Amino acid sequence: MAARTLIDMPRQVKRGEAFEIRVMIGHSMETGYRRGSDGERLPRDILTEFRCEFEGEAVFSARLYPAISANPYLSFGMMADRSGELVFSWRGDRGFAHTERVALVVV
Amino acid sequence: MKQFDLREQHLSQPGRRQMLNGALGGVVGGALSGSVPALLRAGAAGAALTGASAALASTSAGASSADAAPSLDAAIRAFTGGAPVRAGKVRVQIAPLVDNGNTVPLSVTVDHPMRPDDHVAAIAVFSERNPQHEVASFGLSPRNPAARVSTRIRLATSQKLVGIARLSDGSHWSGEVEVIVTLAACIED
Amino acid sequence: MSAVFARCQAVLLALVALLGSIADPARAQGADSRRSGFDFMSAATQALQRDDAQNPVMLWVADGARRWRDASAGRACAECHNTAEQSMRGVAARYPAWDDRLGEPVNLQKRINLCRERHQSQPPLRSEDDAMLALESYLAMQSRGVPLTRPDDPKLAESLERGSRLYSTRIGQLALSCAHCHDQLAGGRLGGSPIPQGHPTAYPIYRLQWQSAGSLARRLRGCFAGVRAEQPAPMSRDMIELELFLAARAAGMLHEGPGVRP
Repeated sequence: MAARTLIDMPRQVKRGEAFEIRVMIGHSMETGYRRGSDGERLPRDILTEFRCEFEGEAVFSARLYPAISANPYLSFGMMADRSGELVFSWRGDRGFAHTERVALVVV
Repeated sequence: MKQFDLREQHLSQPGRRQMLNGALGGVVGGALSGSVPALLRAGAAGAALTGASAALASTSAGASSADAAPSLDAAIRAFTGGAPVRAGKVRVQIAPLVDNGNTVPLSVTVDHPMRPDDHVAAIAVFSERNPQHEVASFGLSPRNPAARVSTRIRLATSQKLVGIARLSDGSHWSGEVEVIVTLAACIED
Repeated sequence: MSAVFARCQAVLLALVALLGSIADPARAQGADSRRSGFDFMSAATQALQRDDAQNPVMLWVADGARRWRDASAGRACAECHNTAEQSMRGVAARYPAWDDRLGEPVNLQKRINLCRERHQSQPPLRSEDDAMLALESYLAMQSRGVPLTRPDDPKLAESLERGSRLYSTRIGQLALSCAHCHDQLAGGRLGGSPIPQGHPTAYPIYRLQWQSAGSLARRLRGCFAGVRAEQPAPMSRDMIELELFLAARAAGMLHEGPGVRP
């Protein structure tokens, strides 16, 4: 199933204006500490990394561990001096990889 | 009436054990539990954070394998590379009493400018009592107008959270907060 | 088991002694003393529900919007119902409702499955399937701010009566009825958790304890398990009649759209 994501941010901002980016992705973040009803440990399956890049430059990144809640939510600030493309990418266990692109207009 | 040890009652039934393990497993959370291991009491932790000697230098988590289970101190050292950490600038913001330890909103703010030549480069959050001490670490850039990040985390039990900030000049700062986590009372199975 | 039973009885007796008599909120005359479960949550959890960018259930809502228009398996919901924002406004607030062809009350989930069977040639979904929760959440969004409809249909009267009786019947090894906690002891605490009044104003919910969205049936089954009673199946007659009673009990309260609960 394709990953569900929600990206909340203005699509148009003023030059140099501070704005908030809030992202959420659907993922169970199975910690590896829980046991199933048979008593056996459920294997770890989490997202481990998030990156936000603007026109190829790193804006914000995160290294995630099992302590991050299911359906991980991240919020951080940004400001831009020109229009361009934001790329949000998530990586995780079992080769999980997902990318979203958002065009940002700077006036 | 005889006082039953609630944990004992629950752990004797496999179905209940699974529920109580919750998100992080293995820890039966109790609000306000009394004993704190010596290493983690405020004094010891403070000394370890501010008085790092060459012997503590470590740039990788693997180097602290002398501990059977990695300590909070070792986890923090893995992030700081053994560099000295000063208390200040870092505010770990979390509700003092949480509804449910599975999804706890957390914000960390570092009171420091974000200029290209002088900014917060990274923030890391550590848990005192989760099965694993690392919670998350964040890489920041001058494109972030303020050193502030929010997320949601899991807390196995009442405990202390520590935030460490690394500035662009290589210095490290810390802040911490205590949180009380209550267990859901009704057993759903 | 008797030790646990005795302990829970002791806890409850202690609670009752501590709290004294509490007015039954559902039957208070004059000012409406009914309160949504929202009011019993911490400020941090309330903030999660208030903000659509933070409320995890919105992942399911977004997926539901996509499924509404999805014609890849045949006929999409949108083909008959067009834009949900218009055609589905208030629908979630008036279920459970009577279905003439089945001759019994159905909840919204069962209604979705009937649509799939009768009009879309698609297999039924289970109550906690992500696809079902997505569609149900999307529909619940369209009832945000709409008062729950009183089930006035005379055909529902018998079902309502049975649901009401189940609500007040002692069940399970702990021999408790819904009314014991959610009428008599609402506002008190069970362990560290506040006891809400039990109104279905925000379903499907993202429950922090589940770390997932889930249906009203899942929440009610949790209660049945909690008192060590057999759990009615989701979308079963017993379950729907109980849901019907809860809807009637909460009639007039505003639907919150899909919410968050601890």
